[in-house]
Amino acid sequence: MAQLEDLPKAVDAEVEDVKAHDGYAMPPSRRGFLSPLNQRRWRNFTRNQRAFWSLWVFAVLFALSLCAELIANDKPLLIQYRGDLFFPLTNVYPETTFGGDFPTEAAYRDVEVKCLIATGGLVECFDDPEGLIEDAGDGMVNGEAIEAGWSIWPLIPYSYNTPNNLGRPAPSPPDADHWLGTDDATRDVLARVIYGFRLSIVFTLIVTASASVIGIAAGAVQGFFGGKVDLIFQRIIEIWSSTPSLYIIIIMFAIFGRGFWLLVFLTVLFGWPALVGVVRAEFLRARNFEYVRAARALGVSDVTIMFRHMLPNAMVATLTMMPFLITATIGTLASLDFLGFGLPASSPSLGELTLQAKQNLQAPWLGFTAFFTFAIMLSLLVFIFEGVRDAFDPRKTFS
Amino acid sequence: MSDHGAERAVLTVRDLRIAFSQDGRQIDAVKGVSFEVRRGETVALVGESGSGKSVTALSTVALLGENASVSGSVSYEGTEMIGAPEKDLRRVRGNDISFIFQEPMTSLNPLHTLEKQLLESLALHQGLTGEKAKARVIDLLKRVGIRDVEERLGAYPHQLSGGQRQRVMIAMALANGPDLLIADEPTTALDVTIQAQILELLAELKDAEGMSLLFITHDLGIVRRIADRVCVMKDGEIVETGRTEEIFADPKHPYTRKLLNAEPSGRAPAMPEDGETIVETDGLRVWFPIQRGFLKKTVGHVKAVNDATLSIREGQTVGVVGESGSGKTTLALAIMRLISSDGPILFLGQDVQGWKTKEIRRLRRDMQIVFQDPYGSLSPRMTVEQIVAEGLGVHDMHERRDRREMVAEMLAEVGLDPATMHRYPHEFSGGQRQRIAIARAMILRPRLVVLDEPTSALDMTVQVQIVDLLRRLQMKYKLAYLFISHDLRVIRALSHHVMVMKQGDVVESGPAEQVFAAPQSDYTRALMAAALNLNDA
Repeated sequence: MAQLEDLPKAVDAEVEDVKAHDGYAMPPSRRGFLSPLNQRRWRNFTRNQRAFWSLWVFAVLFALSLCAELIANDKPLLIQYRGDLFFPLTNVYPETTFGGDFPTEAAYRDVEVKCLIATGGLVECFDDPEGLIEDAGDGMVNGEAIEAGWSIWPLIPYSYNTPNNLGRPAPSPPDADHWLGTDDATRDVLARVIYGFRLSIVFTLIVTASASVIGIAAGAVQGFFGGKVDLIFQRIIEIWSSTPSLYIIIIMFAIFGRGFWLLVFLTVLFGWPALVGVVRAEFLRARNFEYVRAARALGVSDVTIMFRHMLPNAMVATLTMMPFLITATIGTLASLDFLGFGLPASSPSLGELTLQAKQNLQAPWLGFTAFFTFAIMLSLLVFIFEGVRDAFDPRKTFS
Repeated sequence: MSDHGAERAVLTVRDLRIAFSQDGRQIDAVKGVSFEVRRGETVALVGESGSGKSVTALSTVALLGENASVSGSVSYEGTEMIGAPEKDLRRVRGNDISFIFQEPMTSLNPLHTLEKQLLESLALHQGLTGEKAKARVIDLLKRVGIRDVEERLGAYPHQLSGGQRQRVMIAMALANGPDLLIADEPTTALDVTIQAQILELLAELKDAEGMSLLFITHDLGIVRRIADRVCVMKDGEIVETGRTEEIFADPKHPYTRKLLNAEPSGRAPAMPEDGETIVETDGLRVWFPIQRGFLKKTVGHVKAVNDATLSIREGQTVGVVGESGSGKTTLALAIMRLISSDGPILFLGQDVQGWKTKEIRRLRRDMQIVFQDPYGSLSPRMTVEQIVAEGLGVHDMHERRDRREMVAEMLAEVGLDPATMHRYPHEFSGGQRQRIAIARAMILRPRLVVLDEPTSALDMTVQVQIVDLLRRLQMKYKLAYLFISHDLRVIRALSHHVMVMKQGDVVESGPAEQVFAAPQSDYTRALMAAALNLNDA
């Protein structure tokens, strides 16, 4: 070993200032946001009009659903009461704040609370709230001046779990109040669709992202090392994939109770082998490439070779698998909810909406809503990823 | 063929233009080419890569992809081929005009036996089936010089050697008695001794069948041997055309002259007298066990490298020559410790055999390798700067100076414009890529550089430049080279010491002058005869 240290330091011998010694100019340190290859892919993607517009429509819908609380909620966005401003979305105010009786959170949709806010907390609200609200319109009640308040409501004044006093049997058909009607628990369908869309997409993104990371890592290790590692891993994956995951989910839910994160965990647990095959194949192919051998000859470590030199190759194959993975995850969540083994009963689930549609054939608006929500959501995603896949195809030329 | 047909042209190409569209841009590959092939004549299209010679040949039977636009005129026996209906083209293809391609492995269907490959073509074009067809297949294979034909009929392509596969390809091309055979670099992928045999076979068959031959190659040695007339192509145009003897005796165009002079010449630079020994092996062997049965019992070994003894000093080049399968690349990889081997490897006086991967990693800075394929050895998704600088990061060599400056300096030294350092490999030509690969190895200032066929994939004119560059770098940094090649010309231009390998064994080893002047073993003599025959015939 000692001799290694004795070797001459190769770098010191040369002159310090390169620019001076040969007269060439150093190139500017240009690092674009996208590499030329990715720029070409983005160009190809934008040329695919259907995919490009699908991406925009989907992005807008998803952005809107992310602020679902501001669009559909059973609390006002802003309250002015006796000259002060209140924000019920972020703060919890007991009813007593507005001159009511209960120390629990104010039920803003109750006509009494509405009356209290409108009239500045008159006690008469408990006797004749509707009359008082009408009376308070001009700032006077029974000839006396009041501290009139106001509140701003979201576009849809119902949350996904708001029960409604319909005065007729639920589910009720669409009307001016409930644009898509109500379901069999008197909840507003439109509000549930907005929240359900968000829940589906967020669930899918989390599950797909985590499953991909695990799957790519596992496939990379198998393909890179090959041999015994590959053999053993493959057998483990075979056993793992043949586990009846539905029963495991049912059993786990029975033990720990239903929950969003538990479902995410279980879906990832059984979803990651999906990508292993393609990534493993790409790595098996790439490990004999000359540039990988060249990197090894440079002394680059295994992990760096895997991530810097080989992973970019595997990414194209991974991306072509992605649309199947995403649509399958949405489908998994919906079917679990449909079967009743999914998310907790009150959560805004599109699968549960489908189940209700099946149980209430006399209320076709439930079925239509569920169908169109799934159809639009899945079509948009398929169009987008079709565009992504084509953009990554080096053989495809776009004019 | 009788004399009266000799003047008639079989194939006439007039003002052929081919353009490819990619990403909305038009790339002109062929810009107005005119030539003709007469009956019984051999015409050679010569040019370096990218000159448009293969595209020209493919366009004659409309075999180009959909993104190609072809204009001009190609007529076969008076029939216009451009714009002809697909049905007519199919009748001409493989029937009147046959093709032989460069890669015999990929041109044959790996899942079909020899018999099936040939029968298919016969059934398609001549409607021959049954015993008659089989007899014809046997006859064809015999004529292209395949031995023990009856036993080989059931063989699959992977069971044949490269030369045999090319012979089968020729048999397929001959199956329907074509008038014109188009051979696209048919010998480039083959060893020199096999090359000579295939060329002989082609010339023989051409005379026997009365065919015309359109021969596409980059190798002027082959042209001189086989062609009647030559068309020299450069950048999609024919710059000179004439009878072979005339062109070789009195080239008019400067490019033709440049091509003719493009041969690695000169000898290795003088070696420093008292150079330190960089690497030494003693009876190095790489044996791959052959295992059989349930218990994986080792029944024998594939002896890829058998008892290789060599030593390389500072500033010295050891050239390893051999045909494919001789184990020369395996030897290089074993010395680089990229594959496992047996026997001591002394690197700077220490036996590094059996060192762990981590320990070896520190040595990597002093031993570097340049690979054959300049297209495959650079990561396609990294910029040139990242590629060249990668080793610096691994070996922590940037503490004193800016990494970009070091990369720029190295690129200038190998003859590349440093301003191109943020580009990607695919934007460079083959020769430029090989320079990048050399820069990547040299930036670490190694003591030993293994060069595994670094010039084989390059055009002749570029080969000369790379050889010059390697010589210059060796003088400047007193590098030790282990130079591997099948090409005796390049070996002669660079090596101080030559080792000749055959099927894993070192058949001859000695100072370069001695080996070239008075080869001891029969194999060396055969190798040189084939190579020199091709060069100087």
